[in-house]
Amino acid sequence: MSEVHAAAATGPDPIAPVPHPPKWIAVYNSLDSIKLTVFAIISALLVGVVIIAVSDIEALGNLEFGTIAEKIGKAYWAIPKGAFGSVSGLSEIITRTTPLIFAGLAVTLAFRSGLFNIGATGQMIAGGMSAVWVGFTLDAPGIIVIPIALIASMIGGALWGAIPGVLKARTGAHEVIITIMTNYVAGLAALWLLKTSTFVKPGRSDPVSRPISESARLPRLLAQFGYDRGQARAHIGFLLALCAVAAVWWLLNRSKTGFELRAVGANLDASRYAGMKPATLTITAFMMSGGLAGLGGGSEILGTNYEATATLAGDIGFDAIAVALLGKSNPIGTAGAAFLFGILEAGKRQVQLDAGVPLDLVLVLRALIVLFIAAQLLTRSIWRIKAEEQTAQAFRGWGG
Amino acid sequence: MTAVTTASTLTAARTREQRSRARKLGIAVLLMAVFCAIAFTRASGTATFLLDDDRSFGAPVGTMIWVAILSLSSIGGVQLWRGFGRWTPVLLGLSGILFITAFLSWAAAGKQAPLVGLLNSTIGVAVPLALGALAGILCEQSGIINIAIEGMLLAGAFTSTLAGHFLGIVGGVIAAMIVSALLAWLLAWLAIRWKVDQVIAGFAINFLVLGMTSFYYSSILSATGKGYNDVTTVRSWAVPGLSKIPVLGEILFDQRPLTYIAYLTIAAATWFLYRTRWGLRTRAIGEHPKAADTLGVAVNKLRYRNVIIAGAIGGLGGTYWTMENGRFSQNITVGFGFIALAAVIIGRWHPIGATCGALLFAFFKALNNTLGNLNTGIPSELLLALPYVATIVVVAGFIGKSRAPAAGGQPYESQ
Repeated sequence: MSEVHAAAATGPDPIAPVPHPPKWIAVYNSLDSIKLTVFAIISALLVGVVIIAVSDIEALGNLEFGTIAEKIGKAYWAIPKGAFGSVSGLSEIITRTTPLIFAGLAVTLAFRSGLFNIGATGQMIAGGMSAVWVGFTLDAPGIIVIPIALIASMIGGALWGAIPGVLKARTGAHEVIITIMTNYVAGLAALWLLKTSTFVKPGRSDPVSRPISESARLPRLLAQFGYDRGQARAHIGFLLALCAVAAVWWLLNRSKTGFELRAVGANLDASRYAGMKPATLTITAFMMSGGLAGLGGGSEILGTNYEATATLAGDIGFDAIAVALLGKSNPIGTAGAAFLFGILEAGKRQVQLDAGVPLDLVLVLRALIVLFIAAQLLTRSIWRIKAEEQTAQAFRGWGG
Repeated sequence: MTAVTTASTLTAARTREQRSRARKLGIAVLLMAVFCAIAFTRASGTATFLLDDDRSFGAPVGTMIWVAILSLSSIGGVQLWRGFGRWTPVLLGLSGILFITAFLSWAAAGKQAPLVGLLNSTIGVAVPLALGALAGILCEQSGIINIAIEGMLLAGAFTSTLAGHFLGIVGGVIAAMIVSALLAWLLAWLAIRWKVDQVIAGFAINFLVLGMTSFYYSSILSATGKGYNDVTTVRSWAVPGLSKIPVLGEILFDQRPLTYIAYLTIAAATWFLYRTRWGLRTRAIGEHPKAADTLGVAVNKLRYRNVIIAGAIGGLGGTYWTMENGRFSQNITVGFGFIALAAVIIGRWHPIGATCGALLFAFFKALNNTLGNLNTGIPSELLLALPYVATIVVVAGFIGKSRAPAAGGQPYESQ
């Protein structure tokens, strides 16, 4: 292992500039990252004040600063109130967090391998369609159907994820473009499948699949406390997501494959020099990444929706990129970021109810948080946070 | 890697990669011929292509398809045998047109197809894609990767609606260009001053624009009782003289004014990038900033300037939706910015190439509407997926890597 370090530190070509010294082991300095995240959130909330104020031009024109301040205060307070104020709010946090964890992990895993997986949307669709097919065809008790459906969703996602991986490894085609394209293709393929007689819901002409059987549904977390699905729809997919976090953490930090993936991600030339096979690892990374996203799609189908539409992935695939960025490409950080997004999602309806501010405020806040995290040097200089480490550049340009 | 120059003479030593690419190209064209022979030759009769209200021409379907098959096979054969050198892109484009001709003849056999209408709307839809792609090219040629095209288009669409309501559409267009230029400045500032990973900065800007336009759409634009979300749509205007050219005039010169502006912008961008000192410097800072710096080019200053110009062009592209619909809705650009990005890559970072890429996507979008009326039995999803699959094939098969400006994505610091 130490030879690999040495190779990475010097690089095979002493003339070519090595962008940053990779620090694989201590790349995640948790305290520093938490500090940075908190200040990014504060910065986002402050910019949000201006954005909300501008939306009320009349009050601003009449210099009614009291009204504006009250409105902003109500809007910001509504988010925690909506999310934490009731059981259904709490359950909604969990429901919203679950797919974000899966998809966020997918992006994170790819990121750490030096790959940018924008294709979580398509992989979720592939996984969700596989899961729904198993869910309505296989007539068996839950203990059999559910694992098979989940594995099917993982395989579906992994196979869909293999496309950009193989193309990148074999031809050098850039994964960003390929994954954007495979997302569209997945959406259209799902739309087409949902009209075929295998999938189409009897008596419906719109693209909605048959519902999965009762036994294929993931058990709800709060069912035994007497809450029905309308009140609390959180399901055990969340626990599965937490297991996935642990698994990805182990994979990246404690396994040989994970070490190789990170090595390829941190310094391609050095890893090749050390005898690793970047092409194979690229495919592996993409398949595992796709499998995670597919599992996310499967858990949405089996736990939340019970039937599939072509938009089953919604914006989750794209939000996952934000989640992974926010989580600093670390599995635990990613879970934390997904949780933060889950809170914002669960609280957003209250924003509109209490403050009369459009719930899209949450989208703005999320984007701002991501921006301030991405521009960490900017955030550090605003709040005078000393840099303790430099993160390696994730993206290597179109040629990489 | 300096393999960007295509081998103009066949005797010159070509790299193995180039040879294999040329071979794949030949095989792909032959496959197109085989596909036509298998799928389309059963059609017979006459296809009627409508040119305008009272003119049309009938084409014998069988002959058309066989001509296309023979031409495709000869192009593919020659490509395999000796290659076309620098004419390859032209021949590839020609093969695509032949394939589509065969396809259209098959689809329209015994029916009427509005050919001119189809091509006319293709040009219309291609406008935001081409302008978006241009915004991408200007950034990337100067070494800043622009994933934020989508955000620039969306911001342009929103601003031109809001400002257009109060100031009229010309004011709306100017405001849209200013706002998108500001966004572009933000991208440049993050990438240059704060060394944020450019892809991530682009994504963050996309998120921000989506959030802000949705927020202000709900709180200002579509606020009840205000009626701000209302702009007079711009109608098409036939250029006197030019629009009288048979067929071509109606396709190219009976469009909205934005289309003509796009023609001029594309031409100007091509000329500036490849024929002026500014263009040479731009390409230099995208390929080898250090060399450019050594020769006295202010790398980062030029990058700022180019990215801001690119933003203005992206904003201009976004006004397309306002002119078309007269109103804004949330996420109205539905991923056109990402398709524009694909067009940049298919077009190998050249304005004309990217425009061809934009036309390809636009054609299939327009074709989908036409074929719906023709009842060919092809699922519309398949047709809509075709340009995306084609992009994957083109990027994986023929572009590969090492075509992009070499310094893309890397911040530059003057020593």
